[in-house]
Amino acid sequence: MYKIITKRELAPKIKLFEIHAPEIAEQARPGQFVIVRLHEKGERVPLTIAGYDRHKGTITIVFNEVGKTTKELGCLNNGDSILNLAGPLGNPSEIQKFGRVLVVGGGVMTAPLYLVAKALRDAGNELTVVVGARIKDLLIYEKEMKNIADEFYVTTDDGSKGQKGLDFLKELLSKKHFDRAVVMGPVVMMKTVSEITKPFSVKTIVTLTPIMVDGMGMCGACRVTVKGETKFGCVDGPEFDGHAVDFDELIKRQRVYLPEERVASVFYEKIGGCACGEA
Amino acid sequence: MAKPNQPTQPPAKKSKKAVPMPKQEPKVRARNFNEVALGYSEEQALEEAARCLNCPKPQCVVGCPVELDIPAFIKLIKERKYDEAIKKIKEKNSLPAICGRVCPQEEQCQKLCVLGKIGEPTAIGRLERFAADYELKKGVDTPTLPTSTGKKVAIIGAGPAGLTAAADLAKFGHEVVIFEALHVPGGVLVYGIPEFRLPKKIVEAEVEYIKKLGVKIQTDALIGRLHTIEDLFKKGFDAVFIGTGAGLPQFMRIPGENLGGIYSANEFLIRVNLMKSYRFPEYDTPIRIGKKVAVIGGGNVAMDSARSALRLGAEEVCIVYRRSREELPAREEEIENAEEEGIVCKFLAAPIRFIGDEKGWVKGMECILMQLGEPDESGRRRPVPIKGSEFIMDVDTVIVAIGRTPNPIIQTTTKGLQTTKWGTIIVDEKTGQTSIPGVFAGGDIVTGEATVISAMGAGKRAARAINEYLMQKKS
Ligand SMILES: Cc1cc2nc3c(=O)[nH]c(=O)nc-3n(C[C@H](O)[C@H](O)[C@H](O)COP(=O)(O)OP(=O)(O)OC[C@H]3O[C@@H](n4cnc5c(N)ncnc54)[C@H](O)[C@@H]3O)c2cc1C
Ligand SMILES: Cc1cc2nc3c(=O)[nH]c(=O)nc-3n(C[C@H](O)[C@H](O)[C@H](O)COP(=O)(O)OP(=O)(O)OC[C@H]3O[C@@H](n4cnc5c(N)ncnc54)[C@H](O)[C@@H]3O)c2cc1C
Ligand code: FES
Repeated sequence: MYKIITKRELAPKIKLFEIHAPEIAEQARPGQFVIVRLHEKGERVPLTIAGYDRHKGTITIVFNEVGKTTKELGCLNNGDSILNLAGPLGNPSEIQKFGRVLVVGGGVMTAPLYLVAKALRDAGNELTVVVGARIKDLLIYEKEMKNIADEFYVTTDDGSKGQKGLDFLKELLSKKHFDRAVVMGPVVMMKTVSEITKPFSVKTIVTLTPIMVDGMGMCGACRVTVKGETKFGCVDGPEFDGHAVDFDELIKRQRVYLPEERVASVFYEKIGGCACGEA
Repeated sequence: MAKPNQPTQPPAKKSKKAVPMPKQEPKVRARNFNEVALGYSEEQALEEAARCLNCPKPQCVVGCPVELDIPAFIKLIKERKYDEAIKKIKEKNSLPAICGRVCPQEEQCQKLCVLGKIGEPTAIGRLERFAADYELKKGVDTPTLPTSTGKKVAIIGAGPAGLTAAADLAKFGHEVVIFEALHVPGGVLVYGIPEFRLPKKIVEAEVEYIKKLGVKIQTDALIGRLHTIEDLFKKGFDAVFIGTGAGLPQFMRIPGENLGGIYSANEFLIRVNLMKSYRFPEYDTPIRIGKKVAVIGGGNVAMDSARSALRLGAEEVCIVYRRSREELPAREEEIENAEEEGIVCKFLAAPIRFIGDEKGWVKGMECILMQLGEPDESGRRRPVPIKGSEFIMDVDTVIVAIGRTPNPIIQTTTKGLQTTKWGTIIVDEKTGQTSIPGVFAGGDIVTGEATVISAMGAGKRAARAINEYLMQKKS
């Protein structure tokens, strides 16, 4: 059992948990993820490590309440425990001195990206950071990112704050040379950014979040096509070259269980959801 | 007294046929996940045990990878001394309720049974299961534990190889910790073999027994990521056993394989067995099964997948195998069970392409017919495609069960560990010793996909070798 030490709401439906998991904290590195399972009947859900404290023996996760499991997770409180927590899984982010790096985060994935960005800055890179969300209320890690960025932008899909959409990146890329781009966010956004950086030949690293079951290379649910070859997101990734990923296939594969996910969510609400009444 | 190799009773009275295993009706069981084979009653067990000739030079024992004293335990059943019978079995086999259910006895002990020459061999597996189930029903005795040696052994992987090595090492008096990557111990026994062939409560009970021996099991611990083998030695372990199995699914690498509705058998079986998605939405993990299911392959894994698909409500389940019925690698008993339940087989055919609908879901599978040519390295006749024989099958779910290769994480995170080009770990066959001192390995990670009992045999041999290694080593 893994105890929740801190719970914070960062934005509507976006929550941060700090969880006591000393063994995982000891090994965790930026870019890796954990798999949580809440209870005996629970599913295995992957979440990226958004922070770790080796002294306190804790790791941080930040998640969006999108379906049954994440809603149920969001209803837990300080002092509650999670039944299973496996990790750290996946390859750590590639951290070295590249030069000038464009860091683009979208939605909830901005949180784990902050950990990667910090490591990149500590390795001596100059950072241009873009933090985005659908609407301004959903922006997270704005202040933190701004503090470590040499240049900082905010973008929203509806233009409610900062830039509108991602088109401004073209201008940015044509004005300045970048040695690398690192992107974490919704698949559609990673696809768009990869398409924008391609003509500028800026190597673009994306973190893929295909549907996973074990997260340890045993099932192949997470397979993605990269440069025409099948790769397993959990053990070969989660970072891949954004210019080689077949995003359209990934988008289709992520939707495979949509009807069942609705059933699970409705079923959960029918049986009363959780005690906090948010579900 | 009987003369050597002469039966103790006149064989005339004995039936040439074994007492059949009571089973659920095919029509009924094809729609539920309850165990198919119901197990012998006491009367049936006594009747079957009476068939055993109690040969003084028993051949069956030679055929058993863990050298179970088969005539001795059957004799105890005959005498209705069931407690002693199970004790006898457990001297050599810590997982009898499992082996009694899933071992390919027809190729091992029963193949060599003298009765088999004139009729059906003694049903050794069914009797083993009877004794084990008797004990489980009654409650398992806590074994007496030896005094501690003060040595610590880390076991990686809680499949049959790891569990057996752990049990034997604990019996030698060592402190044993099993690190298991998944959230439950059991390996293929819990995530692969379905409930209707091996109820999970049986595996749980056997694991409980191993815990009673003092073995600690840490789940959610993927070694290579959470700790490396080097870390384990630094943490004070004196030896390490690797039993990580062959869990990496193979795909065919043909067009369309990543369409929705195409599963590896491992994904399909993990969802169904480990995550219990056959009870969705009570359990949270979903599984989507269509009306027309094709299963590619012909081994136990293919049979288990096909039979699970049927139980999840598929209307038609077809096994597509590139050789003919004679070459099917699955156990005969399971092939018969599958056929009785209504699963059809398309032999001498293989898929070459999958066709998807506009949403990215599989809707068809193009196959090509095969003929058998010259034998290949495995001795089986090689399937050769027949030009121009392509045809399309309507399918909406495909399960790919064409084989599994070794889990690679340990090999890629352990410096100096020698492996073959297939990724299996190289060991000394007698001891399981790897290229690193103090590190041993066994089971599917060494042999590639094999059987429960061979993995257990390897675990046993390694436990003995680890014990010797630890007792020689000056601490
Ligand atoms: C390696 C990895 C790291 C991840 N890191 C994070 C993280 O740090 N924070 C976070 O909030 N989420 C993260 N995700 C996504 C997260 O795992 C899913 O949102 C979660 O599984 C949803 O579970 P659920 O039962 O609540 O919702 P479900 O009922 O399963 O799904 C609800 C909705 O979420 C979508 N969804 C389901 N699975 C995924 C997925 N893998 N990726 C994207 N959308 C999905 C469904 O299409 C559906 O629309 C990560 C996924 C992966 C594979
Ligand atoms: C569907 C199916 C049906 C089968 N039917 C039969 C049958 O009827 N009869 C029969 O005899 N055999 C059968 N087999 C084969 C048999 O199950 C295997 O040969 C046997 O389980 C191998 O045992 P093992 O201990 O070597 O490995 P496994 O059972 O594979 O166990 C390995 C364990 O190690 C864990 N692990 C892997 N990597 C790590 C790591 N890095 N750190 C920590 N833990 C790790 C895995 O999660 C797993 O729990 C079947 C196999 C399958 C898949
Ligand atoms: S999640 Fe199962 S192989 Fe990647």
